[in-house]
Amino acid sequence: MPIIGNAQLRLLEKLCNASAVSGDEGEVRKIVLEDLKNHSDQVRVDALGNVLVTCSGSGRKRLKVMVTAHMDEVGFMLVADEGEGLFRFEMVGGMDVRQLPGKAVLVGKDHLPGVIGARPIHLTTAEERKQKIPLDALRIDVGPGGSKIKPGDRAVFATRYQRNSSVLIAKALDDRLGVVTLLQLVKNAPPNIDLLAAFTVQEEIGGRGAKVAAYAFNPQLAVVLDATPANDLPSWDAEENVSYNTKLGLGPAVYIADSDTFSDPRLVRHIIKSARVAGIPCQVRQPAGGGTDAGTIHKARAGVPSVSVSVPHRYSHTAASIALLDDWKNTLALLDAALRRLPPGLLATDRN
Amino acid sequence: MKELIQKLTETYSPSGYESGICEVIRKEIKPFVNEIRVDALGNLVARKGSRSKNGMRIMLAGHMDEIGLMATHVDANGFIRFTGLGGIRLTMLTGSRVRFMDGTPGVIGTDRLTDMSKAPTLEQCFIDVGASSPKDCPVKIGDVCAFDRPFVDLGKRLVAKSMDDRIGCAVMIESLRTLKTSPHELYFVFTTQEEVGLRGATTSAFGVDPDLGLSLDVTATGDTPKGSHMEVALGKGPAVKIKDGGMLSDPRIVNWMVHTAEKAKIPYQREILEGGTTDARAIQVARAGVPAGCLSIPTRYVHSPSEMVDTTDVENSVRLLVALLTAPVDL
Amino acid sequence: MDPLFPFLKELLTAPGLSGYEDPAAEIISKKWKPLVHEISRGRLGSLHGLRRGNGPSPRPTVMVATHMDAIGLMVTGIIDGFLRLTQVGGIDPRVLPGALVTLHATGAGLSQSIPGVVVLPQTRLLPPDIGLNPVPLEYLFLDTGLPRAKVESLVQVGDLVSFAQPPFELTGDTIAGHSLDNRFSVAALTICLEELQNRPHLWDVWAVATTQEEIGTIGATGSTYELHPNLAIVMDVTFAKGPGANDWQTNPLGKGPTLCMGPNIHPALHKSMKELADKLEIPYSLEYAPRHTGTDGYSTQVVAEGVPTLVMGIPLRYMHTPVEMGAVKDIQRAGRLVAEFIAGLALDFVEKINWDD
Repeated sequence: MPIIGNAQLRLLEKLCNASAVSGDEGEVRKIVLEDLKNHSDQVRVDALGNVLVTCSGSGRKRLKVMVTAHMDEVGFMLVADEGEGLFRFEMVGGMDVRQLPGKAVLVGKDHLPGVIGARPIHLTTAEERKQKIPLDALRIDVGPGGSKIKPGDRAVFATRYQRNSSVLIAKALDDRLGVVTLLQLVKNAPPNIDLLAAFTVQEEIGGRGAKVAAYAFNPQLAVVLDATPANDLPSWDAEENVSYNTKLGLGPAVYIADSDTFSDPRLVRHIIKSARVAGIPCQVRQPAGGGTDAGTIHKARAGVPSVSVSVPHRYSHTAASIALLDDWKNTLALLDAALRRLPPGLLATDRN
Repeated sequence: MKELIQKLTETYSPSGYESGICEVIRKEIKPFVNEIRVDALGNLVARKGSRSKNGMRIMLAGHMDEIGLMATHVDANGFIRFTGLGGIRLTMLTGSRVRFMDGTPGVIGTDRLTDMSKAPTLEQCFIDVGASSPKDCPVKIGDVCAFDRPFVDLGKRLVAKSMDDRIGCAVMIESLRTLKTSPHELYFVFTTQEEVGLRGATTSAFGVDPDLGLSLDVTATGDTPKGSHMEVALGKGPAVKIKDGGMLSDPRIVNWMVHTAEKAKIPYQREILEGGTTDARAIQVARAGVPAGCLSIPTRYVHSPSEMVDTTDVENSVRLLVALLTAPVDL
Repeated sequence: MDPLFPFLKELLTAPGLSGYEDPAAEIISKKWKPLVHEISRGRLGSLHGLRRGNGPSPRPTVMVATHMDAIGLMVTGIIDGFLRLTQVGGIDPRVLPGALVTLHATGAGLSQSIPGVVVLPQTRLLPPDIGLNPVPLEYLFLDTGLPRAKVESLVQVGDLVSFAQPPFELTGDTIAGHSLDNRFSVAALTICLEELQNRPHLWDVWAVATTQEEIGTIGATGSTYELHPNLAIVMDVTFAKGPGANDWQTNPLGKGPTLCMGPNIHPALHKSMKELADKLEIPYSLEYAPRHTGTDGYSTQVVAEGVPTLVMGIPLRYMHTPVEMGAVKDIQRAGRLVAEFIAGLALDFVEKINWDD
């Protein structure tokens, strides 16, 4: 039975602290390949950099199940060198520009440090402080001493992973939590299915890695492992928060629908039932908004019934996200339970 | 104590013109102190006791002045233009009643306003005392007035104008009455001109040169509908001020106040006030510096003509102040 | 690596918010003890170190003041396990979303450092007129991720929150992190004291690490009154040229400290310091303060009968953010310049200077 133990926590730390902006996932890909090294299953890297792993099960009538987690994170690309160590930059993936000022970043493969500063408050006016600082006023500053840094280099928030008992604080919990979960599933693959694991690239800029991986795998169904926002903070006027999306502490979140995908209802029913049977807490993600790799997977070839299951986390796409260890453990447990008891005839029943 | 509070709040003494309230307070405290003087800015400085071996010179400050208005011009038709003394809330002017130092009552009116949904500026307001020309107007340039509302006893709550800071003065006076012994040399200072910039406290603190300073003043609450995010509420006890808009209380004083309250089982609240400050700010920077803090009485509707306090908060403020002054201070 | 770095990093990581400077005072006191003859705390917590000169008694005194307090945040309320905040010192709330912080929790008589993040609630949880505009501090929260009951038992109103961004080196011998304002100057004063070990000086020197400068130069006022020096030299950080800051109020980064001029500075002091820097070939730039300098110098000048005051600045980018950036060389230059100035002070210096020189 796969679990989240100390080795998995150390792996999560290593992955969260690695830099892998969409389109530049090499550092995480390397860690994933290293982790799979002594594994006997087929591992290959495709034309976009996806890591594709085939774990063949045993027995007849095995379903071909694709399970994915994305390796990339949102980040920055330096786009112009203005001299004296100052660089203009653009965002890669969706971020709220209000989250950028006052942050430390790491640039390039060598993780060279830089800062995104802001004008001192003493030099601002009250009127000015009512406006957000636009992206084109921000710069990444690496110091005036000269370096190998150049336009095209990627940068990520410099946040280092930390854990305070069951609280995880790190950047890129979306989707390094999914990556470690998937690695555990691969290493403890359920024998009743062919597990087609895809560690995808470029999810944050349109599910592009998943699209080609799904075409290559041609699975019968797909489960996407991601991290989804928990907007479970108090409302400013103490009114009930009715748009929380998911909540921390209630376990893995099953998607019914997001902006891109209607989850296949048979899969949704199966997962929720598996949670009940195995006594694993589980919540339903509020429908609408957002998207995962399922967006491109479910439309591959002639279509693939898909569902997404995510670990809830706060402050997605910012320098510091927060997730709870138990929610992560329960996500792995739920996936394992659901895959092991997948009835081979599931897709023979009607969708609705 | 309600009678005392009524007497104090129904006295009219705006900033700079505190003689009226000074006299009232002097009479109240005379039997309980060793020495009284009035300094150059009108501060009423009363000393009680002398310093014993493990005592300090402690200055307590409650301000006697209240916000008010000062006449700047009497026009040809007897209407009086004015300026503000202290923080005047523009939304509370129209229709308010005022009383000048000689007892003359007046009403505040405004020029015709193009936008009735906005508060008028001070310049758009005037006071009408019923005169029809400067000749029959009892008010002249420089005369001052305060807002005119009677004290109301709601039972558990009291309402009056100038609870800021006559309630602080009342707590000091009542503490003086009930304080039996103290190892400290205590200076009960009823300060002037707090509302216009802590001026009385600045000079009286230099004069007294204390080892420790504590102001007694009002603080706001967060317990009214869609109110501010402040944790302080009426009825939950006197507030130990940690920070306000002008100063940080000395942490040693915060701890002293908290421990004293807990030991004496007096309810208290931890206070952070976003806007506004007290005499403690001025005491803190006197001479070589003075560790300073503030014991706050939670008050709703501050700087309106109808400020509201809770009677148990007031009683517990007296109990806390007495407990603080009775024992040696270990900073 | 520069021998200054370990001390500088220790200084930069120590909490010491305005009004609560003890952790910083302890580190500075330990460092200064071997460099001074006497060390004590003033009435408002400022650290006073006396280094006696070898002129005949009674000796004139020069006070060199650097504020040791840093800006931060304070807990004002607990809502469902999330913490409401106010600022201690001036912080632009636009730099707060996503900021890593340490909560110094004192609830239940314990003392705990808890990691957390300052966070921006989702738009729908905010007043409707905010939209995607900057969110005022009163609507931001501190999230520790801990369950509500735990937070309520560990945390109380008034608990302090400091930035947790560890200091790190950038290229060109620069350092980035929080509290460079004003620990950079404290480090410069430390270097000055170290230099004075080897330079005889006639005057007594008061090395003062003041408190609560960020609240209103509170500690400096008291210390100046208590020590009544004949001269005051104030070292604080100033604005370096950089993104969003390029006008006349800014000075080059890494090209030396600034020498301020204006009504807050005694012109003769400014002139002497400038001539000395030229003589020693220590680079500097001129800073113009038409009114106040926004430093402890604003109060030292007008305490009691008045004290001739000089203000020296160390240029920083991104002041009052968690990623302030400064050049280590400028610390060394400032420290050395002040030490040489003190070493060269003649006993009758103050009598000889007048405002119209």
